Parts: sequence; C-alpha cells; structure tokens
Amino acid sequence: MFTTFHSKKGPQLLLGLGMGIVFGFLLQKGGVTNYDVIIGQLLLDDFTVVKVMLTAVVTGMPGVYLLKTLGLGKLHPKPGSFGTSVIGGLIFGVGFGTLGYCPGTIAGAVGQGYLDALFGGVIGVLIGAGLFAVLYPRLDEGILHKGDFGELTFPRLLKVNHWIVVIPVILVLVCFLLMLEKVGL
Amino acid sequence: MEWLSMNQWSPYVAGAGIGVLSWFTFLLSDKPLGCSTAFARTSGMIERLFRGRKVMEKPYYKEFPPTVDWEWMLVLGIVIGSFVSAQLSGEFYLRWVPGRWEVAFGHEPWLRVIMALVGGMLMGFGARWAGGCTSGHGISGTLQLSVSSWLAALCFFIGGIATVELIFRILVG
Repeated sequence: MFTTFHSKKGPQLLLGLGMGIVFGFLLQKGGVTNYDVIIGQLLLDDFTVVKVMLTAVVTGMPGVYLLKTLGLGKLHPKPGSFGTSVIGGLIFGVGFGTLGYCPGTIAGAVGQGYLDALFGGVIGVLIGAGLFAVLYPRLDEGILHKGDFGELTFPRLLKVNHWIVVIPVILVLVCFLLMLEKVGL
Repeated sequence: MEWLSMNQWSPYVAGAGIGVLSWFTFLLSDKPLGCSTAFARTSGMIERLFRGRKVMEKPYYKEFPPTVDWEWMLVLGIVIGSFVSAQLSGEFYLRWVPGRWEVAFGHEPWLRVIMALVGGMLMGFGARWAGGCTSGHGISGTLQLSVSSWLAALCFFIGGIATVELIFRILVG
C-alpha cells in the first residue's frame, strides 16, 4: 500500500530525519545517551538500557509481525553467520565497553554536549568502519561466512507460524522485566 | 507540557515509544531502525574527499555506497532530537568527561578522549563485522526474531560486560 511511497527519495530522506529526531528524543529521555547509564548497565548495577531495549522489542515485535500478517510490511532480518555475529559481536562489545556509547546513543550523546563522544568516539567509529572496508575483501573470503545461516528467523528455524514464537517470547521478556522490578534493579 | 521538560522518563515509556516508532519505520519507510551503516558511509565519504572516485571501487563501498540515505538522515535526526530533549530539560551543556569516568580516572580530558577513540575504533570495526549495532541488531533484529541478531546482541553484552569489569573493577581495584 505504501510501496510506491517507499521509493520516493526526497520524502523518505525527510521522513528518516523526522524519525531520527523522535528516536533521539526518546533515547535522551530514556537516559541511554548518558555514559554513566550505559556503564552502569555493563557493570550490572543499573538496568535502564536493558529495560529500554526489551520494552522496545516487546512493543515493536507484535506490531511489525502484524504488519507482515496484514501484508502492509516486510521483514528485513539481517543475514549472518557464527563468524559475523559471534566474533563481530564480541569485538563490538569490547569497543562498546571501552567507549561507553553505541553507534545510536553516541549520536544522542553528541547532541547532549558530550565532547568525548564527538572528538573521541565518533572519530574512532569512522576510523574503525574505514579499516573494516579495507579488510573486507579478505574477511569476506573466509571468516565472515563461517557457519553461515543467511537471513534466518526463529519461526523459520523451528518451521512454525511466527505467532507461535512471537507470543511466548513476549511473555518471557515481560516476565524478565517484572522480575527485574521485583528484585529492585 | 511538563513531560517534555522532564529530565528522564520511565525506561518503559521511552522503550515503548521506540517500539511504536519501529512500526512506522517498517510501514512508511520499509526500513528497520539502525545506525552503524551510516558511520560506514560517512567514513567512505570522507575518504572520497581525499582519494577521489577510486574509493567507490572498494568492494565494501559497492555494497554500501558512501552516500546520504534514509539511515544517514536518521542518525542526523538522533543528534537533533537528543539536543532538543536535553535543551528542554536544561541538561544540555558541553563537557569532556562523564561522571563515572571522572570518579574512577579523574577529570583529565585527554585520557578519556584516547579511551573513547580506541573504543570507537573497535566498536566501528566490530559493528561492520557483525553487520549491525545495538539498534540494528539489538532492537530491530531481535524484534524480527532474527537469529543473527539475537546471537550478536548477546555477544555485544558479553564483550561489553567483560570489558567494563576489567576497566572499572580490576584496573581501578
């Protein structure tokens, strides 16, 4: 229904900007553009980041799957392999802990006035991404395809209707959040 | 309109807002929320300023052309949205050293900036290796029940927790 609109370049760029403004506003109000909050999460004494992320997942998942069911939207699961997700994920994690922001929240941290994010973090991320582009042809021949599983989703892996996975996952995540509140984290 | 000038909202309200926002990114733009590709494109754009069109021949930039796209505008929007939010609550001010860092390592900006630079390099490199970041994999991928994203998000936190433990609990003691 919106497929022609999806390919309209100008309006889409404007929409991207508008959605980014909303996203940045929510990240800042959620407290997660703050270095101290992210470090608190990784030290496991402040669970704000996990609460924001899991609530977004619990809210987003039924809506996005409903759009798919109604034929109003398409899923875009990222392709991956054990080589990309595990090794790339661990390298990212070490950087995440050292920097104290992630690529989205660092943009928010810059907007909030953190100069370490702007002059340290952002420059570092740009250098790191550039280095990856240099090494990409070599990595792409080997390690990035170790244990390749493509654009796999859990419903497809389990060969069941997606709602059979969506509903239990939401219940488990909600229980996890309730448990965090109960233990006072 | 007092809620606009509040310092912080409940994480559940902010999180639910991001969830609802993702419905609209899928419906109106056919895109998941994500940020790290925009940094890779910017890196390519900067390289292009120095090395010219040759940069476009790199296989990586053939796959992810260094141009302004929807996601690039999204990241620009985040800077603006966060600025507006911080400005409304009086929390916008320039600073070099965040609080928890200062308590552990003092207020010297250079040490913090070097650490942020090193961390940023690893994170930028790792994000492209993993094919996404805390938003692209951590929120958008997991809500689509993507296997690569659940695995990546788990590894983001394992790596992050181990590193912060080392920096704040073992190095500082």
